Amino acid sequence: MPDVYRGIGIGVGIVVGPLVRMGRPPELPPASPVDDPAAEVERARQALAAVSADLTSRSAAATDPTATDILDALGMIAADPTLGDDVEQLVDVRTDAVHALHLLFARHRDTLAAAGGYLAERAQDLDDLRDRAVAVALGLPMPGIPDPGHPFVLAAHDLGPADTVGIDPSRVLALVTAQGGPTSHTAILARSLGLPCVVACTGVMDVVDGTTVAVDAEAGVVEAGVDGARRDELAEQARRLAAELAGQGDAESAAVVDAPSVALLLNIGAVADLDDVVDDRFEGVGLFRTEFLFLDRVDPPSFDEQRAAYRSVLSAAAGRKVVVRTLDAGADKPLPFMPVAPGPNPALGVRGLRIARQVPEVLVTQLEALAAAVADVDGAEAWVMAPMVATAEEASWFARRARRAGLDTVGVMVEVPAAALRAREILAEVDFVSIGSNDLAQYTFAADRMEGALWNLLDPWQPALLQLIAGCAAAGAELGKPVGLCGEAAADPALSPVFAGLGVTSLSMSARAVPLVRRALGARSLADCRRLAAQVVAAPSAEQARACAVAAVQAGSDVSPTRSQ
Amino acid sequence: MAQRTVTVGSASGLHARPARLFVRAAAALPVPVTATVDGKKPARADSMLAVLALGAVQGTAVTLTASDDAQGVAAVDELAELLAADLDAAPEPDPSDA
Repeated sequence: MPDVYRGIGIGVGIVVGPLVRMGRPPELPPASPVDDPAAEVERARQALAAVSADLTSRSAAATDPTATDILDALGMIAADPTLGDDVEQLVDVRTDAVHALHLLFARHRDTLAAAGGYLAERAQDLDDLRDRAVAVALGLPMPGIPDPGHPFVLAAHDLGPADTVGIDPSRVLALVTAQGGPTSHTAILARSLGLPCVVACTGVMDVVDGTTVAVDAEAGVVEAGVDGARRDELAEQARRLAAELAGQGDAESAAVVDAPSVALLLNIGAVADLDDVVDDRFEGVGLFRTEFLFLDRVDPPSFDEQRAAYRSVLSAAAGRKVVVRTLDAGADKPLPFMPVAPGPNPALGVRGLRIARQVPEVLVTQLEALAAAVADVDGAEAWVMAPMVATAEEASWFARRARRAGLDTVGVMVEVPAAALRAREILAEVDFVSIGSNDLAQYTFAADRMEGALWNLLDPWQPALLQLIAGCAAAGAELGKPVGLCGEAAADPALSPVFAGLGVTSLSMSARAVPLVRRALGARSLADCRRLAAQVVAAPSAEQARACAVAAVQAGSDVSPTRSQ
Repeated sequence: MAQRTVTVGSASGLHARPARLFVRAAAALPVPVTATVDGKKPARADSMLAVLALGAVQGTAVTLTASDDAQGVAAVDELAELLAADLDAAPEPDPSDA
């Protein structure tokens, strides 16, 4: 009998393959007395050399240029000559190689963390290197993404940002984690790679390496120990579903006649994100983040530089709508040309439009450069919106400046609960709003987005979050103004019918997520979506809200033309 | 002492790719070179961690120091040229050369 493990499914897709577990960071054993310090120093040095050699060879083997660069940089840090020198100082009668390595990385980690900004983000890399070096010194396998030499289902307790560069989507068939939630790093990664995924799958790390498992992302189920006939049956289901997903070109013919009309837009950070995605199904850009122009520089980008950057995006979008978000800098990412003191709590500090109100020149140049770029490109359709708006007065302030610069379609992001509660008053000042669901969840639940332990509060199925979104959509419908949604939740095919039913007019996501969301929306009528949305918002908990949607999928699967069983 | 002060030319500053090229070049030199930025701890140029900790962005002035002999002067010149260049645009050398 196969063992069945249940969790929260991310995405759609069934895969059958051998499961391989990712090693846990090693536990630090008690220190052993040191008789021969020179030998301990040598043991620590050899561990560092082995880690460096492993990362450098993985860098050479990686096909993705970003992964190559990151692995190479990590390998160079492990080979840093100052680490070897420090080890000599740290080893003494009571500090063996393992503890010397541990102390060494802790010291450098603290230095980087204290430096703030970009360097603080690298602090986690040092934890990763420490775990690798300590494991080698203990004679254990190095933690990190395993490489069994064949395609496999990756099982882990949870995945962090440092793990993800080692994931080769041509080798990894699916992601399964015992911890994490629908907004965890694992889930975000799975959506961006288009991999089937099950998170919060308790007990799955007990499955022995090499066991054949079936992962059904839509159902949120991992079946371990599938054999002969069952294996063939699941493989056949997987093949059929894959063929169905690949046949997205025929989605219209399969879609129900009165499917909801929701624009599916893309989130981009630079013009390169539009390479290979602008075809006749491309509907536009729902979130163009402009931060890349501003980061890592001493002076703000000039009018001409910005104008050229916006022009290239508007040209690439070929007449489709592009929603441009003005600079979303924060106290956590200080920019030298925006003198804002880092407050005690950056997420609640002077960020987004709040900085623009203190230093308006940077915003005015950005708006004027965008307006000039619109004039440069025939048929360009640019919408502009401000981040981190809390009140109708702020929306009005921004709208006046944007219109003065010559921009016609002006909106704001809804990320703060105050803005969602006053969506009607805000929409009276602007032409549209776009809901940033990640920040809106964070601020509604007073739960840090990066705090993995709070994933259940950050679950986009939380009725309180959906109620705020419903209020925005209702205000938009009343005033006849568009209400879009960008953020992780927009890419979730299970949630998209709910948003459609609430009256959200566009969903913005990564290009890879579009086919699954399109399929989900094409399978239901608008009336069904509205019924589902009403049930979900009325549900007493996130779990029960999700259960409503699963029940609706199962009820609909008998009649839906896109399902074969 | 051989010494030169140059401003960082790479748009992404002295981290990521430019830092790797710089540190790799420094490690291949026959003499030690120190890089300093006002207000920061002096960095061994062949130490990735120390160079990253300089936090140098485009336009930051970095002072390079080495011994006052022909090798030191050549080393400072070579690294100064690298720092001033836009390394984001430069081709990546084969790591096995370093």
